[in-house]
Amino acid sequence: MQTNGTTPLVEMRNISIAFGGIKAVDDVSIDLRPGEVVGLLGHNGAGKSTLIKILSGAYRPDTGEIYVNGQHADISTPRDAKRFGIETIYQTLALADNIDAAGNIFLGREVLTPYGTLDDATMEAETRKVMARLNPHFRRFKEPVKALSGGQRQSVAIARAIYFNARVLIMDEPTAALGPAETQQVADLVLQLKKEGIGIFLISHDIHDVFGLADRVSVMKNGKLVGSANVQDVTQDEVLGMIILGKCPPGATPGPGAS
Amino acid sequence: MNAPVATTAPPPSSTSGSLLSKLEIDVRMLGMLAALAVIWVGFDLLSGGVFLTPRNLWNLSVQTASVAIMATGMVLVIVTRNIDLSVGAILGVTGMVIGVAQVQWLPAYLGLEHWLTAPLAVLLALVVGGSIGLFQGWLIAYLGIPSFIVTLGGLLVWRGAAWWVTTGQTVAPMDTRFKAFGGGVEGALGATATWIIAAVACGLIIVGLGLSRRRRLSFGFPVRPGWADAVIALVACGTVLAAATIANSYPMPMGTARAWAEARGIAWPEGGLFIPQGVALPVLIAVIVGLVMTFIATRRRFGRYVFAIGGNPEAAELSGINTRWTLMKVFGFMGLLCGISACISTARLNAATNAAGTLDELYVIASAVIGGTSLAGGIGTIAGAMLGALVMQSLQSGMVLLGVDTPLQNIVVGAVLVLAVWVDGVYRRRIK
Repeated sequence: MQTNGTTPLVEMRNISIAFGGIKAVDDVSIDLRPGEVVGLLGHNGAGKSTLIKILSGAYRPDTGEIYVNGQHADISTPRDAKRFGIETIYQTLALADNIDAAGNIFLGREVLTPYGTLDDATMEAETRKVMARLNPHFRRFKEPVKALSGGQRQSVAIARAIYFNARVLIMDEPTAALGPAETQQVADLVLQLKKEGIGIFLISHDIHDVFGLADRVSVMKNGKLVGSANVQDVTQDEVLGMIILGKCPPGATPGPGAS
Repeated sequence: MNAPVATTAPPPSSTSGSLLSKLEIDVRMLGMLAALAVIWVGFDLLSGGVFLTPRNLWNLSVQTASVAIMATGMVLVIVTRNIDLSVGAILGVTGMVIGVAQVQWLPAYLGLEHWLTAPLAVLLALVVGGSIGLFQGWLIAYLGIPSFIVTLGGLLVWRGAAWWVTTGQTVAPMDTRFKAFGGGVEGALGATATWIIAAVACGLIIVGLGLSRRRRLSFGFPVRPGWADAVIALVACGTVLAAATIANSYPMPMGTARAWAEARGIAWPEGGLFIPQGVALPVLIAVIVGLVMTFIATRRRFGRYVFAIGGNPEAAELSGINTRWTLMKVFGFMGLLCGISACISTARLNAATNAAGTLDELYVIASAVIGGTSLAGGIGTIAGAMLGALVMQSLQSGMVLLGVDTPLQNIVVGAVLVLAVWVDGVYRRRIK
């Protein structure tokens, strides 16, 4: 897939991973350019989340390679991924419910005082800044995130991903648990981050979500890539055909999973 | 910055808080203090005023120290959704090792009653306890064996090992300086030291409150009202001074005091001497352990990771936390604390027996749970667990004072444990 000349921000080549003999991801290649939103579509169980967990360092692929800015990148832990500027908002949000917003945002990357103790005041101040941008009415800085509403929890998870100057943002079903107003907020945020040159993988099983925001879509079925296409070149029905039947339309580049 | 448009109305700017929320006091902690007060006053009335005497409270504090120290570590273990059933057995084997070290190994090199014996014995206890803890932690964290199984096995293994050290023989007596760790006459710090410690503690409380207030103000965060900080400082310092007063109101027994006076060349007056015991060394150690563990749990990165693992293990892993190493260290700390408690109970008994610490695991777990540590993980405080240990010990000593038979004591303690957890659960569901 070489649609234009710029070096991809991230390229995953021929990724495969199997769990107990079942190939969850089978020879999948996808890429992402700066300022681009790529929608990753497929049924539940198609392998989208597994593929993305490989990129975020949660799983190690059995075969295949990852390139960041054209350089081979060895990503074997979540910490590695973060070092390459790859941040993830997980479907489950992956928040520690018993810890407050600042604790979650800085989890694993705490700010320390010169004495080696947690610098809670600085972390809270930074949290107030980033939350002011995402959710201006957020006030519950001292409460464990368990006490927050779904939208507020989502804001905390997003804040954690964007605070550390992400260059690649992975959003796994970011609006699954949100109401219409909050979904719109997330959409606005995606467009804003895109303008800042951040590359975004948007994972969803809802193509309406994706069509409004994505520049390109890649579709997976049964662990395999059905194909990729620019959003202008295909209709929603054609993409639906890719998701359900694995049928690759003329406007798309077929992958190994195309029937 | 083009912030997304918010659609919700802003909340009222001034939060209407109750008195308790202004003071930022944990309601559950308050409930435990109330329960403790009821137990103390109740036993005092039933025993005809024997319970709330300096002497009984002093003994109570010494008896609580060993379990309270281990309970601080058990909080971290349970917060990470694990359990440690082996603490009593670790205490037992560590106690045997340091007992034999003092009576047989060290005297062979240093001679009897050498000043180095006690520090070396304590160091050995820390090394033995800590190593056992780290080893069990390694089995749990890196080999993925459930902690319940590892420490259940550990309970049998280390208890057996305790027997093997001397093939079951009791080792006694301990080094004189070492005996200070058990409290008693050697381990009572005396009036002057007690007052100095109390004064330093009060100073630290006031400075600490002031510093944290200034820091929050410098960031422009909301702070407690000034009077609330003043009330907290007053209550905390008052408690410290009251404890010091009580410790200093308990004199040495007449015979001991006489020996003490003679050793210092003080003439023995007609009516005898009132020589205050002051705070006991094991109690001071327990308080320091409690402060250090609280610091580790709340101010250090390690503590933050412990709670994050308990709250959501997957999230902790995805955040890049080295969850295995963190877990191994938690069990290492637990073993270390068992080593400290082994010193205290061995010194208190003035003997090392292979039965030392039997059933302590149950008291330690019960203390942590009564103290508000959630077995589901993620929730617990060091102070709560230590208070839980005090509640358990108060029940037991109180019943001993009343002459309640041992079987009935066990029945009461068991029932209280279940009741406490039920009440806690009801409270938790109501605030949710």
